Amino acid sequence: MRRRSTSDLKTLMARATPLRSGDQLAGVAANSAEESISARMALADQPLTRFLNEPLIPYESDEVTRLILDTHDRAAFAPISAMSVGAFRDWLLSDEVDGAVLKAVAPGVTPEMAAAVSKIMRNQDLILAASKIRVVSQFRSTVGLRGRLSSRLQPNHPTDDPSGILAAMIDGLLLGSGDAVIGVNPASDNLQVLGELVEMMSGIIDRFEIPTQSCVLTHITSSLALIEQGRPVDLVFQSIAGTEAANAAFGVNLDLLAEVRSAALDLGRNPNGGQVMYFETGQGTPLSSAAHHGVDQQTLEARAYGVARAFDPFLVNTVVGFIGPEYLFDGKQIIRAGLEDHFCGKLLGLPMGCDVCYTNHAEADQDDMDVLLTLLATAGVNFVMGVPGSDDIMLNYQSTSFHDALYARRLLDLRPAPEFEAWLARTGLVDGRGHPLVTGGNHPLLQVLS
Amino acid sequence: MTEEVTRPQSHGIVTPARIGLGRTGASLPTRAVLDFALDHARARDAVHRPLDVGQVEGQLLGLGFSTLRVTSQAADRQAYLARPDLGARLSASSRDGLSSLGVAPDLAIVLADGLSSQALDHAPYVLQDLKALQADHGWHLAPVVIASQARVALGDEIGACLGASMVLVLIGERPGMSSPDSLGAYLTWQPKIGRTNAERNCVSNIRPQGLPPEAAARTLLWLLQEARRQERTGIGLKDLSGLKTIGPFTALP
Repeated sequence: MRRRSTSDLKTLMARATPLRSGDQLAGVAANSAEESISARMALADQPLTRFLNEPLIPYESDEVTRLILDTHDRAAFAPISAMSVGAFRDWLLSDEVDGAVLKAVAPGVTPEMAAAVSKIMRNQDLILAASKIRVVSQFRSTVGLRGRLSSRLQPNHPTDDPSGILAAMIDGLLLGSGDAVIGVNPASDNLQVLGELVEMMSGIIDRFEIPTQSCVLTHITSSLALIEQGRPVDLVFQSIAGTEAANAAFGVNLDLLAEVRSAALDLGRNPNGGQVMYFETGQGTPLSSAAHHGVDQQTLEARAYGVARAFDPFLVNTVVGFIGPEYLFDGKQIIRAGLEDHFCGKLLGLPMGCDVCYTNHAEADQDDMDVLLTLLATAGVNFVMGVPGSDDIMLNYQSTSFHDALYARRLLDLRPAPEFEAWLARTGLVDGRGHPLVTGGNHPLLQVLS
Repeated sequence: MTEEVTRPQSHGIVTPARIGLGRTGASLPTRAVLDFALDHARARDAVHRPLDVGQVEGQLLGLGFSTLRVTSQAADRQAYLARPDLGARLSASSRDGLSSLGVAPDLAIVLADGLSSQALDHAPYVLQDLKALQADHGWHLAPVVIASQARVALGDEIGACLGASMVLVLIGERPGMSSPDSLGAYLTWQPKIGRTNAERNCVSNIRPQGLPPEAAARTLLWLLQEARRQERTGIGLKDLSGLKTIGPFTALP
């Protein structure tokens, strides 16, 4: 016997969400601990089909809702179509359901269904269910295979000084970082500066035949301009969110994303197919632009993954603690959000990575990041960040370091992407166990700095 | 035993990034772990150290400014950090106090703790050069408002209560690991509740190792006079000044 909730679905979803400051700021959070659990009990009883029949944000006024519903795969949905949210959780965790089953059902799962089930899952459920799923993506390296952990080398510099960025790149490569991407956040949006960074990174990758790819994380229209200039753009970056209005505040829409992806595909730089996009997301971005429609921030985050999967991305990165304590107050909330995001992304079929991070005004520190990094590595996260000494001197926040990725690999016996692992061995940067070697100043990689 | 990787810095390349840290096994050497922890501790202390209003008042009186004190609706630091909306509104008593003044100045200056009260150590060096507005240009300045648990947008309500043509908020920015004391300056024409960031001009990273306070004051003097001449701040003025814009997702203190 299912209880039909009297409140509307988006209110029920918001009340059921584990506590976070962003939902309190938006005025949609539960008012007591008991109200939150009661909402979870009611949510567990809701049929999954309700999410198809009652859009949280109207179909007529939001292109993300239209994308989600218009591309929903009824055939893939069939095995779970009679389930409630609670039954869906039990099914996800059951022994019969493995990675192949979950891959087949993914096109039938909407972001709202993924968000709903995540709200009634404990952290261990999010880890175990996600660990069943491997989403493998390919550019020059293959990311997301079981037993592998990749990293984005993030060599940022406050004034985009190419020699400073190069020094951080070399430092990271020496420590086995960069197999997901070498991706720099530029301080500038000047096309000449951006173009020189693309050329510099591409030059190092070509010269040392590194099986990886580069990305300058600039607005998609700047990437398009770089492509039109004939610059060697590997991956096209864009921040995206889960509502049309929040994407508009980012200066993007679905048509623009499709247009630029098409331009990147025409360059033909991916030797293994059509995965040329790198998306970043993070809970709270729609609220920060007043574009949240009264929907809780975790559900909106899952909708951003609905946007991402329409463009077959090579990498998706949830930048979980970047936005600040008004959205995720402390280490507990950041850890929970990181696990939710990774699970929802994987369930929807995305190659999820996570920027395990925090700002100095959040109630969090490196110990919290150690916990989240370790949990995500056990859950099978595709990649994490590699920032020199965890300290991003351009964006002024703390992420995971080159050493942190080494730690997770060592602890859990994880290895880099296979092509990159072979390159590290070939180049004399690791020993027979895959451990970094002490590298003398005459190593060719260090020669580029002199 | 620590296995030192070669330090790229030894090749004479300058980046403030934490490169060439060495390692022990897969892990950071002890020194690097503790150096990082110290920098984070300083940044944390900067966020949580309360503003010493009496000390700031003393400095301003010494420079010849009169002062006012206000508080936001954020009762404590926890509320301030979790609820930016409360830090952007005046407490009832502060609002009543300002509204009764009836001064209608050309410019209201607000010193706000923001996310680093320590950053206000640099404010007197900026303000001493702004006195020229009064002395040389005949501007009518309101008493300097010292605001606790304050966000940038609190200046909008302060300026509106005072009937000011413009408000300049000097505020502690989000502390970085190597910059716990960075001061930001935000200028808004015709302040009122609900102004957006696109309607402001910003001069950021004011500190001795960043943009020196004297240089910031020169930029602000230009900006203030130009804003008054054109009767606007924000995007339009940015285009002319070449100053950086504030994006829609830029987190302000």
